[in-house]
Amino acid sequence: MTDANREMTKKEASIPEGVERTKPRSVFKPDVDIMEQKDDTVLTADLPGVDERSLDITLEKSVITIRGTVAPEIPAGFRLVYGEYAVGDYERAFTLSDEVDKDRIQATVKNGVLKLVLPKAAAAKARRISVTGA
Amino acid sequence: MLWTDIDRFGLLDPWSVFGRLNRAASGPLASSTSEFPLINVWADGDKMLVTSELPGVDPRDVDISVTGKTVTLRGSRMTEDTCVGECRHRRERWSGTFTRSIELPFVVDQDKVEARYSRGVLHLALPRAEADRPRKIAIQAE
Repeated sequence: MTDANREMTKKEASIPEGVERTKPRSVFKPDVDIMEQKDDTVLTADLPGVDERSLDITLEKSVITIRGTVAPEIPAGFRLVYGEYAVGDYERAFTLSDEVDKDRIQATVKNGVLKLVLPKAAAAKARRISVTGA
Repeated sequence: MLWTDIDRFGLLDPWSVFGRLNRAASGPLASSTSEFPLINVWADGDKMLVTSELPGVDPRDVDISVTGKTVTLRGSRMTEDTCVGECRHRRERWSGTFTRSIELPFVVDQDKVEARYSRGVLHLALPRAEADRPRKIAIQAE
């Protein structure tokens, strides 16, 4: 029996009404953990089947878009008898606040997990403002 | 694995057990959800291929054991937990220990099992044991 918190499913990415993708492949929304630390924000995304060559991260204005393509590995001569997940590309976009130093963003991929480090801009770090009496 | 008492008379196709499992999982819920990690099973007569999406797992932390017809996948995946209090904005990735058991329609040749982990996807090749292969029976004409 599966507990409610152990169940998971692969989520389809949403696309705007009336817009279609050029390739008829499924596109999924990767699961993401976002953690804010003292000097940066770390975004970790699950992208199984993707490596550094098939991953495309673009930053436009304040929106960062993560796109990963997965080569379908259908073994020749085999028939799928039980499927719990479909294989497809990944896409997810996030809006960054002005606090992010956009020139120093770093991305690393290992074993299908993307780690995106978004350093905080110097201006965003807390600054004490001294008060003078008038 | 959840086995219901099946009608013994109608079971000629050994692969149909998977269809029943799939339907049982997706029937009344109307959406197929399963435990982590999700698996796909491919078949080819003499060989089974199990693929599973397991991103961010150290292959040494995964324990694959084969007993007769059953393959068990056991392991754990911990996400970095350096956060205390308010700093976690989103937490969607699954973490914890997992166990998945798959019962196959034939006995597996344990010495020839191959496992490969690439880009976060685990591929398991499970060939059929020689002793379990169906034998052709010659019909004597009279």
